Amino acid sequence: MPAGADTVEIRESDRPGVAVVVPKGDIDMSCSPQLRDALRRVQDKRPARIVVDLASVRYMDSSGLATLVEAMKNAKQHQTRLVLCAMNDKVLAIFEIARLHQYFVISDSLDQAYEA
Amino acid sequence: MSQPAHITVHLHGDPKYLAGVREMVASVARRLGVDELSCSQLALAVDEALCNVIRHGYQGQDERPIWIRIWPEPLESLKSDAPPGIRVVIEDEAAQVDPAAMQGRELDDVRPGGLGVHIIREVMDEAIYEKRSGGVGMSLTLIKRGNVTPTVGAQGPKGNASCGNDPA
Repeated sequence: MPAGADTVEIRESDRPGVAVVVPKGDIDMSCSPQLRDALRRVQDKRPARIVVDLASVRYMDSSGLATLVEAMKNAKQHQTRLVLCAMNDKVLAIFEIARLHQYFVISDSLDQAYEA
Repeated sequence: MSQPAHITVHLHGDPKYLAGVREMVASVARRLGVDELSCSQLALAVDEALCNVIRHGYQGQDERPIWIRIWPEPLESLKSDAPPGIRVVIEDEAAQVDPAAMQGRELDDVRPGGLGVHIIREVMDEAIYEKRSGGVGMSLTLIKRGNVTPTVGAQGPKGNASCGNDPA
């Protein structure tokens, strides 16, 4: 992995039926395919809930938005609850520009995302 | 713009360079005196513009050329009290399309993709698509003007939403 590369981690939650996806760094066109792959791997397991923890994402562009929209559509299709959480103001701003902040379930923290 | 650019960058249309370009344009804008919010928005707009060139113009061919040229906006802002802004021109060698077709899509139709042009037009003061002379390639001029007087209670992305890279 090159220095400074952005990554996506998949965490097992201690809560049954919950998967947590943790992208880190900048989610742009160079990294969003990794996020898409991670979300697809998780969704293939059909968890009841997927939490995307965005606390470590410092920047996102429309390729990241597109990836999350696709994941949300897949989640709805399979009755999975998809929740985004802990995004910073800069990331939230792009959801607002694209008017997608009301399309997603967005929680302030990881703990809240388990219940949202 | 007849004056030579103050900065010219020639890069390959490879997504791995997006982060570096974002940091460069935001840093240059900051050095010109552009406010922090506008620097972030400029970085986002340039990122979206490059993504469109790479994805749609070059269809992922990552060695095709892109040129970025930068000027202060207006030019005399460096030597006057004019509020500092920035002009960025992005050019490519992709197939030409009708500039009038470069509009953001309807946002009520929630689906992946197609948001780049909407975002660019939302965060920039001007975004002008043109065909390059010679029959090949497109040009996009992005202008972010300096703020004369902050608007109290301004709302929305042009008012107070930050969205780009953090300060270097």
